[in-house]
Amino acid sequence: MSNVPSDLRYTNDHEWLSPGPTCKVGITAFAVEQLGDITLVDLPKVGDAVTKGGRFGTVESVKSVSDLYAPISGTIAAVNAEVSASPESVNADPYAAWMVEITPSDPGEVEALLDAAAYQALLG
Amino acid sequence: MIDFGGWDLPVSYPAGTVKEHKAVREAAGVFDVSHMGEAYLRGPRATEAVQRLTTNDVGGAPVGKAVYTLLCRPDGGIVDDCIFYKRAEDEYFVIVNAANRTKDLTWIREQVGGLCAIEDVSDATSLIAVQGPRAAAIVDGLAGGGLADVATFGFRDAAVAGVATVAARTGYTGEDGFELACANADAPALWQALIDAGVQPCGLGARDSLRLESRLPLYGNDLDDTTSPLEAGLGWAVKLDRPWVAAGGDFLGRAALVAQKVRGLDRILTGFRIDERAIARHGYAVVDRSRPADAQVIGTVTSGGPGISVTGAIGLAYLPPGYQDAGTALTIDCRGKDVLATVVKGKFYKRA
Repeated sequence: MSNVPSDLRYTNDHEWLSPGPTCKVGITAFAVEQLGDITLVDLPKVGDAVTKGGRFGTVESVKSVSDLYAPISGTIAAVNAEVSASPESVNADPYAAWMVEITPSDPGEVEALLDAAAYQALLG
Repeated sequence: MIDFGGWDLPVSYPAGTVKEHKAVREAAGVFDVSHMGEAYLRGPRATEAVQRLTTNDVGGAPVGKAVYTLLCRPDGGIVDDCIFYKRAEDEYFVIVNAANRTKDLTWIREQVGGLCAIEDVSDATSLIAVQGPRAAAIVDGLAGGGLADVATFGFRDAAVAGVATVAARTGYTGEDGFELACANADAPALWQALIDAGVQPCGLGARDSLRLESRLPLYGNDLDDTTSPLEAGLGWAVKLDRPWVAAGGDFLGRAALVAQKVRGLDRILTGFRIDERAIARHGYAVVDRSRPADAQVIGTVTSGGPGISVTGAIGLAYLPPGYQDAGTALTIDCRGKDVLATVVKGKFYKRA
């Protein structure tokens, strides 16, 4: 049911990452399906340091509050103001609604993420 | 018991608000909310009627889905917040705030009365809400196992304790649970079955403390005819570009909300926690003492009360842009005394 773009990498926490010199990060269609209508996205500031697996923000929906975990370590290069202003944009297109852009401190961490096939297998 | 808009309702049962509130967070509580209004919109153009009335994409929802939405005026002000239930392409059920029942039905008839048949069933319909981590299992048990797979914001016709109900997985507490609509004559038996199952009866005090902790707005306090959904942080329930609109349709308030989005907001509903031993109530002024003496009031508290599952008194106030970052310091004039508070972003109570 959920769509899983093949050019992205994924985490067990249902986040996606777009590899590159800086990496955009968001949550997957599966995550959005689980959350329902998203009512708030709380994001860090440009310049904040993040550690792989560390909490970097929250997503609130009509039924829950969920933490966002950094897929890789690095520095926040950009924050998507559109997502903060209009959380429903994440529901509308989870793969267009990137949340933060991270400058990676260790490119090896990107390689270690799940590829589309592995994430699809995780979803069952 | 108090007179709540012409209805005899208990502020609490003998257990008291604190115990009732905690029962909902930890187990299950039951609320008699039969004072709320209910209506049907029916006919071949019912979906068109609903598309025109609502800010959220009610008309585009699948059958069996409940959708939270605002009803807006052309100027973007909120007539009411309510939940629509899509029973079929030609049949919608709606539950509205008790205080707005007449206003809403009049509004709906004025706006789309020519498009569909509107039936006010409020006087014949009772509504019982069962809320808490154990609520769904208890209701499902009384329904012979027929409700376990209802998704959040889904609904189904089901017999609960032998009583015919519309069972919706919705609620006003931030917890899982069901809201059960049934005929008045059946309500006492349904209520008693829930009490016999060990569910804690809960009054208006707990209803308010639970919804405030979960940052659910209350019409009359946080929302009124002068507030827009965008100001109230309900932009997620406003689907400006839904397929109906993309195909050339319009809904009441759409142009005003689009313009407001472009212009920016003059005020934003902001959450706060009081740092001292004080409680801020509806109407208290939020002040900035660094401003000139005649311009110190920056906003007004719309809802406030003691935290029960969270530490400290909490509340909501409309404040100008710039005061919304978590941790921002605020001053609230609590009956003549300046009290310090801190901005909280998102829900005050976050379920683990």
